[in-house]
Amino acid sequence: MRVLLVLPILVPLVTTVALLLAWGRRGLHRRISLAGAIALLAAAVGLLVSVWRHGILATQMGGWPAPFGITLVADLFGAIMVVLGGLMGLAVIVYSLASIDRGRERFGYHPLLHGLLMGVCGAFLTGDIFNLYVWFEVMLISSFVLLALGGEQAQLEGSIKYVALNLLSSALFLSAVGILYGTAGTLNMADLSQRLSAADRPTLVTAMAMLFLVAFGIKAAVFPLFFWLPASYHTPPVAVSAIFAGLLTKVGVYALIRVFTLLFVQDPAFTHNLILLIAGFTMVTGVLGAAVQGELRRILSFHIVSQIGYMVMGLGLLTVAGLAGSIFYIIHHIIVKTNLFLVSGVVHRLGGSYQLSELGGLYRVRAWLAVLFLIPALSLAGIPPLSGFWAKLMLIRAGLESGRGTIVAVALGVSLLTLYSMTKIWAEVFWKAPPGKQSEPAPRKPAAHERLRPRDRLLLYGPVAALATLTVLIGLWAAPVFALAERAAEQLTHPAGYIAAVLAERP
Amino acid sequence: MQTVLAFVVGGLYAASLYMMLRRSITKLIIGLALLGHAANLLILTAGRLVPGQPPLIPSTSEATRLEPPYADPLPQALILTAIVIGFGVQAFALVLIRRTYETVGTDDLDEMRSTDRA
Repeated sequence: MRVLLVLPILVPLVTTVALLLAWGRRGLHRRISLAGAIALLAAAVGLLVSVWRHGILATQMGGWPAPFGITLVADLFGAIMVVLGGLMGLAVIVYSLASIDRGRERFGYHPLLHGLLMGVCGAFLTGDIFNLYVWFEVMLISSFVLLALGGEQAQLEGSIKYVALNLLSSALFLSAVGILYGTAGTLNMADLSQRLSAADRPTLVTAMAMLFLVAFGIKAAVFPLFFWLPASYHTPPVAVSAIFAGLLTKVGVYALIRVFTLLFVQDPAFTHNLILLIAGFTMVTGVLGAAVQGELRRILSFHIVSQIGYMVMGLGLLTVAGLAGSIFYIIHHIIVKTNLFLVSGVVHRLGGSYQLSELGGLYRVRAWLAVLFLIPALSLAGIPPLSGFWAKLMLIRAGLESGRGTIVAVALGVSLLTLYSMTKIWAEVFWKAPPGKQSEPAPRKPAAHERLRPRDRLLLYGPVAALATLTVLIGLWAAPVFALAERAAEQLTHPAGYIAAVLAERP
Repeated sequence: MQTVLAFVVGGLYAASLYMMLRRSITKLIIGLALLGHAANLLILTAGRLVPGQPPLIPSTSEATRLEPPYADPLPQALILTAIVIGFGVQAFALVLIRRTYETVGTDDLDEMRSTDRA
C-alpha cells in the first residue's frame, strides 16, 4: 500500500530518466512518453481506490518518524487531484503526438512534460510544507522551459512575465515558510496544524496566512494577482497551453485549500471572508476580461481566471458543502478547460487562425467538431445536464445555506456572462459565414486538414472526444462523483483524521 | 546581531522590489536574485541565531538529549536547498532574457506588449 503513495512520483521520474537516456531517438521517445503517461494514470487510479477503501494513507520517507522526516500523505482530495493529473497528462501526450513539431520533440518536449507531471503529483502528495515548495519549483522549472521551448517572440515575451511573477511568488512562499518555522518550529503540516491552533500569537499567524495567500494566490491566478496568466498561456503550442490550463493554476488552488483548511483556521471571520471577497472579484474580472477578447485562446485564458473564483468560493465558505462544491468544480473544470484548449488547437488546424474575426463556417465542414466544442463550452457555462451544472448547483446551494447571498448572486451573474462568451465563440467560429468568401459554398482551408493522416486525426480527436464523453458522464452520473467530493470535503473540514494518519504512522 | 540582520533583510526586500519594478529586464533578474537572498537570510534569522552552540552532545557528557540553547541546523538545510534551486532557476532566467533580447530587440519591458493586446 505504501508503494502506491510513491508510485505517482516515481513513475514520471523513471519516465523522465528513460527519456533522457533515449535522447535524440524520436520514435522511442514517443513510445516511452505514452507508456509513462498510461502507467501514471494507472498508479493514480490505484492510489485513489486504495484511499477510498482504507482511508488516509501516509508514509515517511527515509524511515524518519513524523514530524522529523518528509511525509507523503494522500487523503481523498490529494488522490483525486493525482488522478486528474494523470488523466490530463495522458490526454495531452496523446494529443501532442500529432501536434508538437519535430524541433520541439527533439529538444526535450516529452521529458519536460513528465518532469512537470512529477512536480504536480509531488505537490499533491507531500505532507511537508517545505517539500511542497520543492515540488512547486520542480513543476515551475519544467513549465518555464516548456513555455519558452521553440523561442518564438510571443513565447519569450510571455515567458518573461510568467517567470518573473512565479519567482516572486516562490520567494514569498519561501519567506512565509521561514517565518512559519521560526514561529512553530516544525514543517510537517499535520504537526503545524496542531501547534498553530495552540499558538499564542494570533496576529503573527494571520500575518503568515496572508503571506501564503499572496504566494499561492499568484500561482492560482486570483484577483488581483492574475495578470501573468492571460499574458502567457496563449503563447506556447496548444498542447502545452492545455496542460497548463488544466493543472498548473489548480496546484495553486490545491495549496490554498490545503493550508486554509489545515493550518490557518484560527480566524476564519477575517481570512475566509477575505478569500470569499477575492473569489467574487476573481469571477467578475475574469469573465469581463474574456468578454472583450477576440482571440480564441485568450478568451479561454481569461475564463480560467473566472473559474478559479468559483473554486476559491467554496473555500471561503469553509463548510462541508462549500468544499465539496469546490472539489467537484475542480474535477469538472480541469477536464473541461483542457478539452476546450485542445478543441481550439483543432480549430486552428482547420481554420488556420485563432482570431475569431478570421474564422467562420466550421459547422458546415465539421459538424461533429462543433458538437465536441459545444459539450465542454456549455458545461463550462453550467447548462444541465453537464458536469458544470452540478458543480455550480453545489456551490450555490452551499452559499445559500451559509447565508452568503451576494457571492451567490455574483456567481450566477458570472455564469450568464460565461454563457455569453461561449455563444460568442460558437457564433464566430462555427456558425457565421467564413470571412471574405460568402459566395463560396465551402471554405478552402480545411483542405489542409484532409491531408492529415488518419492516424493523426485519431490522435487529435481521440482525447477531445474522450474528455467530452467524460464531461457528459459526470453530468449524467453525478451521484458517485458527488459522494467522492463530499467525503473528501469531510476529510478536509475534520483535519483530526489527517493529523492522526500522519503522526501515528511509524515505519 | 538579530537586529542588524532584520534591517539587512528588509533592505534586501526593498532593493529587490525596486529593481523588479524597473523597466529593463536585466534589472528584473537582479531584483529576482536579490529577492532569493532576502528570503534565505530571513529563514536564517527566523530560525534563531545561536552562535557558538553546535547541536552536538559532547562525548564527555552524560546527557542523552540536547538541551537548548543550541544552533538549529534545519534552517541551514532549508537555505542550502533554496540556494541550489535559486541557482538553477536564475541560470535559466539569464538565458531567457538573453534570448528575449536577441529576438525582441529591446530590453524594455514596456515594449513587450504584443502578447497583451486584445
